[in-house]
Amino acid sequence: MQTHTFKPDLPPPRLSVGALGWLRSNLFSSVPNTLLTIVAVYLIWLMIPPLLDWAFFSADWVGTTRADCTSDGACWVFIQQRFGQFMYGFYPTELRWRVDLTLWAAIIGAAPLFVPQMPRKAMYGLGFLVVYPILAYVLLHGGHFGLETVPTSRWGGLMLTLVIASVGIAGALPLGILLALGRRSEMPAIRVICVTFIEFWRGVPLITVLFMSSVMLPLFLPEGMSFDKLMRALIGVILFQSAYIAEVVRGGLQAIPKGQYEAAAAMGLGYWRMMGLVILPQALKMVIPGIVNTFIALFKDTSLVIIIGLFDLLNSIKQATTDPAWLGMSTEGYVFAALVYWIFCFGMSRYSMHLERKLDTGHKR
Amino acid sequence: MSEAIKKPEAVESMIQMQGVHKWYGQFHVLKDINLDVKSGERIVLCGPSGSGKSTTIRCLNRLEEHQQGRIVVDGTELTHDLKQIEAVRREVGMVFQHFNLFPHLTVLQNCTLAPMWVRKMPKRQAEEIAMHYLERVRIPEQANKFPGQLSGGQQQRVAIARALCMKPKIMLFDEPTSALDPEMVKEVLDTMIGLAEDGMTMLCVTHEMGFARTVANRVIFMDKGEIVEQAEPDKFFTNPENERTQLFLSQILH
Repeated sequence: MQTHTFKPDLPPPRLSVGALGWLRSNLFSSVPNTLLTIVAVYLIWLMIPPLLDWAFFSADWVGTTRADCTSDGACWVFIQQRFGQFMYGFYPTELRWRVDLTLWAAIIGAAPLFVPQMPRKAMYGLGFLVVYPILAYVLLHGGHFGLETVPTSRWGGLMLTLVIASVGIAGALPLGILLALGRRSEMPAIRVICVTFIEFWRGVPLITVLFMSSVMLPLFLPEGMSFDKLMRALIGVILFQSAYIAEVVRGGLQAIPKGQYEAAAAMGLGYWRMMGLVILPQALKMVIPGIVNTFIALFKDTSLVIIIGLFDLLNSIKQATTDPAWLGMSTEGYVFAALVYWIFCFGMSRYSMHLERKLDTGHKR
Repeated sequence: MSEAIKKPEAVESMIQMQGVHKWYGQFHVLKDINLDVKSGERIVLCGPSGSGKSTTIRCLNRLEEHQQGRIVVDGTELTHDLKQIEAVRREVGMVFQHFNLFPHLTVLQNCTLAPMWVRKMPKRQAEEIAMHYLERVRIPEQANKFPGQLSGGQQQRVAIARALCMKPKIMLFDEPTSALDPEMVKEVLDTMIGLAEDGMTMLCVTHEMGFARTVANRVIFMDKGEIVEQAEPDKFFTNPENERTQLFLSQILH
């Protein structure tokens, strides 16, 4: 009998691997690519050194007043002096520990959810989602347990931005999922209601929604009855964003093969179990980029609450730049705002990438 | 005894289809299907594509809805009543052409999902049963892998184990080997033969005529939505009565 001898594995050509190989394939693979590389390097050289000089090397770092801004560069003294206002708005200084405590409670409370071996994680997560909002409300707003009431009109800065964004996300996601399921329901009445809802809220600008909630709604309510302004804005944001989430989730639902529904149904799983255990876990995983995209947009859209006179991070900074004692500081202010927004948005984006990798079970076809 | 009093039909037959019709829009897919399957019977359905054989077995667990006639499975009639449909589905296992394993769950979780959520079995017990059936289909060592990491043949055997974990009275197979690479067909067929030897009531849509010959009690030939001929395998393969059956067999048995 003849035996076939297989050839041994040989190493790849030297120029296709390592740093040299990477440069060759990524930066100098063709004439246009080489030109682009050269142009890009030139642009970086033009822009980066002056920027670094402005922001770091010739910037003012210490001082207490406008008079300390002496150099050509940025004056970070302004940010330092007004930092409290940017973070907490008009929240009373002596009560700001309550805001800090709320944040720490979120970090410490959510930490176990990121421990892989944690038992009964789903139960804990649900419990956290129920308990934490109540705790946060009591701490931030007060009025119970001897805590002094701080009306929402005094909330502001980054704290207000985070409150609107997190309440918006926590409210819009479940509502959006329900709307997506409803839009694909076999029951015509539910389908029509969901389609109408989604198309209505997607059809109006968020600014209009906020404006209506703040200015028009009180006109329709009976005399003497009024909602908190922040509460109205929150409801507006949730309803608005849930319509977007619904469409993103629907995209995921449509990408699940029919066989998955059939296999789940054939086992005797009812509608909610089929969706909750089989379809949604797969569909949501698939649309993580779209959902996070919506969340990032939501986070930045929170700055629109300026229209109804709430002082979020951006608005607080804007207001500080108009202070006669600190004239000419708007560049520093807006750069700082951009940096804070960027840190949060980039964080969300990295976390979503991490989630995608973690949940990837290697079944792409 | 009490079982017999409660559902007299169950003793007689596991499945009864009487005058079943179905349409897809204008297209008449099932025409007057009458079928009676006794407990422990092993039936193979064959026929050209589009003949309605898959639709027939999919009507048995209401993945497809019939529009006329009566279908009774294990003493429960299939109607619009969701409770009844779910009751039937609990007792009827199904294996699909494309496996339809849940890709986000491990092999073991695939097998324990329905026992835990439909039968309300404790997790530990469900896992024991799952491991038992995974051993039975000879892949217990893959229990903690994800379906995407297995070969087609292994996936289909997991799908069979998953269906068995519900301890079904009837197993439906919808072309279980059609999507497999040729060298993997045998491992799946061997698993099915093992099941048949244990007396499971089986309905199988397949083009594997060797399997039909060795395992089936009865072979049903369908064409254009009708049952054209049914017979024991010996008679079916050596001496088919209908000319349409003869033509079909001449095309697939070279």
